[in-house]
Amino acid sequence: MKQIFAKIVNLANLGNSIYRLTFEAPEIANTVAPGQFINIRISDDSYPLLRRPFSVYNKVGDKLQILFNAVGRGTAIISKRKEGDSLDIIGPLGNSFSLTGDFENTLLVGGGMGVASLPLLYSEIQVNKIPVTIFVGARNKESLILDYLQNVSCATDDGSDGYKGNVVSLVEQYLNKNDIIKPKIFACGPPPMLRAISKLADKYNILCEVSIESAMACGIGICQGCPVERIGTTNKYSLVCKDGPIFESNTINYVLHG
Amino acid sequence: MVDTTVNIGSLKLKNPVVVASGTFGYGDEVLDLVNVSLLGGIVTKSLTLKPRDGNPPPRIVETASGMLNSIGLANIGVKKFIEDKIHLLRKLDTSIIVNIAGNTIEEYEELIILLEDHAGIDAYEINVSCPNVKEGGLAFGTKCDTTAEITRRVRKLTKKPIIVKLTPNVTRIAEFAVAVEGEGADAVSVINTLVGLTVDVKTQKPKLSTVTGGLSGPAIKPVALAKVYEVYKSVKIPIIGLGGIMNWSDAVEFMLVGARAVQVGTANFIDPAVGLKIADGIEQYCADRKLAQVVDLVGALKI
Repeated sequence: MKQIFAKIVNLANLGNSIYRLTFEAPEIANTVAPGQFINIRISDDSYPLLRRPFSVYNKVGDKLQILFNAVGRGTAIISKRKEGDSLDIIGPLGNSFSLTGDFENTLLVGGGMGVASLPLLYSEIQVNKIPVTIFVGARNKESLILDYLQNVSCATDDGSDGYKGNVVSLVEQYLNKNDIIKPKIFACGPPPMLRAISKLADKYNILCEVSIESAMACGIGICQGCPVERIGTTNKYSLVCKDGPIFESNTINYVLHG
Repeated sequence: MVDTTVNIGSLKLKNPVVVASGTFGYGDEVLDLVNVSLLGGIVTKSLTLKPRDGNPPPRIVETASGMLNSIGLANIGVKKFIEDKIHLLRKLDTSIIVNIAGNTIEEYEELIILLEDHAGIDAYEINVSCPNVKEGGLAFGTKCDTTAEITRRVRKLTKKPIIVKLTPNVTRIAEFAVAVEGEGADAVSVINTLVGLTVDVKTQKPKLSTVTGGLSGPAIKPVALAKVYEVYKSVKIPIIGLGGIMNWSDAVEFMLVGARAVQVGTANFIDPAVGLKIADGIEQYCADRKLAQVVDLVGALKI
């Protein structure tokens, strides 16, 4: 974990209010693992006050990328930053997806901006030569972000691209049609999607890791502000920032979090 | 060369900047990012007799220039603190102030008794003002006689400095400061968070699981300054001022209205090293004004 000032090298609008920000961060790029996140200071002003956590979307050499939807006050401010500006960043933070264990195939599932967790994981899976199938869901064709991913099966709510419906239904359809040996699911997306994918994993008895999102104040485990209620663990709560954001799907209490 | 040291009872801080309870963990989480030995002190996260899970999520909401929290004193409990944390704190070259919170008055006593056996603690901060727990907390801190009784009883159990952290959620905070001064408190921390509430208009539900929470950050600074000023006019014991301090200038304001030291809280979440910057800034401010010692700032408000 380091606190650095990173120079923005590119800020690209990918359509609608979705942006991809690229910045120089060799200290973090050298150590970041798939699923980890960074915490960015929005501005020197007191409103918005807190940093904002972002999944590391990808790394390109010494550069890191994040993907964000400029819907709130904080992300709107970041979307107006310029190339050459400096960003105050703490990272890499949190745990990472686990590519060890009893599985032979991987299914990557991203919903909405949850797709931001997938490219880094996809690269790692390719390095390890593990078979992979990718599913991405979004509201419509314009909201689908598929950069750095290959052979993606898409789902859109309005049917404007790929399967019409939610991405979890698409994954279930795939599982029913194909005989996948020892798969493991890696999923990131909005809470209802994570709850649904968790139920699906239970139903088919499949290993599944989910990336949980939470409001955070510090991102490093000192404020205790981002608890997730667990099932079958010693402690009632874990911290999303420090113990997560990646958890085994069947250890999360989705009554509170889905 | 400015003398940056300040005394809080028998506790000598190397500089007046202390990190506030609940905003710096147990001191070990931030060692990658901060040279903690340059801080005046660390107040550890509130310890209770038994471990506490804390409140259900959501526990944190950002508000205009502030944040509302309802952590609920989530902590590892005094036993695990002694087993796992105290040895590390002992090694840090800064003052260690352990914050304690009880569900009952007896629990404050038990906590002190348990902690007194172990080296590495320089002072105690008595939390009688957490707004986010059902038992103890604000229920104690808004009753002057109870606050005084807790102070009296812990005073008997230790020679170390006792600092009582006061809540602003009362009609007149100075009465509480006077009461604890009378019972032997060495200092007061002024202020804890203000009770606040925020609502999601889409769902028409409160944004925190516990409905209300504790408001902190720059939004509360003017209130905190007024409370420090009120207390300064009423007691002789040192005041540790806190509430929305984000930079050295904020800290100097607190000292001018009567704080001998300051605590930095919410700002640590945004920049874990901010305490060091504030300490440097205060020293530079004094040097620029040719003050020999930072305590010369205390109460130097010109009216």
